Amino acid sequence: MKALSLRQLSKTYRNGVQALKGIDLDVEQGDFFALLGPNGAGKTTAIGIIASLVNKTAGQVQVFGHDIDTDLETAKACLGLVPQEINFNQFEKVSTILVNQAGFYGIPRGVAKERMEKWLHKLQLWEKRDAVSRSLSGGMKRRLMIARALIHEPRLLILDEPTAGVDIEVRRSMWEFLRELNASGTTIILTTHYLEEAENLCRHIAIIDEGRIIEHDRMATVLRKLHSEVFVLNVRQPLAAAPELPGYAVKLTEDGSVEVEVTKAQNLNDIFAALSARGIEVVSMRNKANRLEELFLRLVEGRDAATGAVKAAASP
Amino acid sequence: MSDAARVTAASVPQGERRWVGFRTIVIREFGRIVRIWGQTLVPPAITATLYFIIFGSLIGRRIGDMGGVTYMQYIAPGLIMMSVITNSYGNVVSSFFGAKFGRHLEELLVAPLPNWLIVLGYVTGGVVRGLLVGLLVTVIALFFTHLQVVHIVAVLAAVLLTSVIFSLLGFVNAVFAKNFDQISFVPTFILTPMTYLGGVFYSITMLPEWAQHVSKANPILYMVNAFRYGFLGLSDVNLAGSFALMTVAATALFGTCVWLMEKGTGTRE
Repeated sequence: MKALSLRQLSKTYRNGVQALKGIDLDVEQGDFFALLGPNGAGKTTAIGIIASLVNKTAGQVQVFGHDIDTDLETAKACLGLVPQEINFNQFEKVSTILVNQAGFYGIPRGVAKERMEKWLHKLQLWEKRDAVSRSLSGGMKRRLMIARALIHEPRLLILDEPTAGVDIEVRRSMWEFLRELNASGTTIILTTHYLEEAENLCRHIAIIDEGRIIEHDRMATVLRKLHSEVFVLNVRQPLAAAPELPGYAVKLTEDGSVEVEVTKAQNLNDIFAALSARGIEVVSMRNKANRLEELFLRLVEGRDAATGAVKAAASP
Repeated sequence: MSDAARVTAASVPQGERRWVGFRTIVIREFGRIVRIWGQTLVPPAITATLYFIIFGSLIGRRIGDMGGVTYMQYIAPGLIMMSVITNSYGNVVSSFFGAKFGRHLEELLVAPLPNWLIVLGYVTGGVVRGLLVGLLVTVIALFFTHLQVVHIVAVLAAVLLTSVIFSLLGFVNAVFAKNFDQISFVPTFILTPMTYLGGVFYSITMLPEWAQHVSKANPILYMVNAFRYGFLGLSDVNLAGSFALMTVAATALFGTCVWLMEKGTGTRE
């Protein structure tokens, strides 16, 4: 069953900005799905429409088969949203925010209190239950928004950049929490600027740019589309010039390390052998860029190049 | 599996979900009124006390009787109604606009609640505050004068309908408001003058004929007089017409508020 299905979803704002240009998207039940795109690509607009915070211009949205045009309340009942920006009442206590939110979803008060305790414990906020929410740290506020989105036990959880601005430790613990949640059966859709996050957590991915889906596939399949990777080799003795390695693109970095681009047809053994033959000792190695980031940039650059070519062809 | 683990928003029947949702909005609104009692309950009590002292005791003695009752008795229902109007309006406009401004209105917009229920929840909050303050001002009035109730149904119907109408008007104001200036504009420049000219402190029969005609275009006149009739049996206007006007206004405003929410005016882009 599809947890989410978008068909020809479009949004044109009153100022004429066309944020979504007829996107189609399917997310299977139980999936951990990444929705990526640069700023202004249309991610938040799409999420806003799904969660009823933005009115669509055209198209269809179904959440677990419930159409938001004909069965909005049931569709909303299946959905939990963690928005990008803090949107709880900063003057209310942590526990009040959760119990009230449960009430808005029809969860009786007694059950809501049990549920509040459960999620506050799981998200390490129990000690802060009586604190006024504005007194929480940034990471705690993010976790509170996750707890609030889960208080009615949604089947589909949408997180719009949930780890933005939180430190590495909190981010890692959130990843672990989200993995467990997904393993327990909750379908998760994640937008993030940390592409490493999407690569680590998600099984499927869609890349959205300028209101259109430009890639939509399994994460592994998408990553296989990368034809090369760049490795940084730290050498024992800093080099004065980049060594010549026939068939490889090699660059020297400012600190004397070597950057080598390796395509799928090539291999690292040949590089090590060639360097060794030149008396260059490699002491460590790392992948220069996050793979997904590289793919993402290539896709966007590819679009820009295509647009440029069309414009050039069209110009007199 | 515990009861808590079994209950999800999708598993709760729609009727129960709506009832719990409505109750939660009202409890939250009531909690807000109580939490900021220094802003919601104390100022109207002080204002009413000053009115009773200055207009009722000091100036009222020189005015003498009005329609067979003391001036203090005459203005008491009007002052109660004035506090109900300003507090019903003020509660909804500040609460709903505050939720919009602080973005926590989104908590309600994403929830599986119909728009009419959200409007009803906020309006009920406004009515609760309006009636609470009205009761408070009534108690203060009893320190200054004797109040009797001639028609309890008229008193209750008038105060309830007026409170609903001004809660709904506060909602409309909050929907369109883009900043805090715009939520204080209507109470300052429209509501207060209309209330003062709506027969709170005088009978329109004291006015020249042209001013009586102008006064009859002020809907607050009908509300104040319907309420005063319930206490004193005195009214400057037709009662059936007053209640009909209030009922039509409340229904039309409720429809307008729901339509604005459905359209997403001021709440959804």
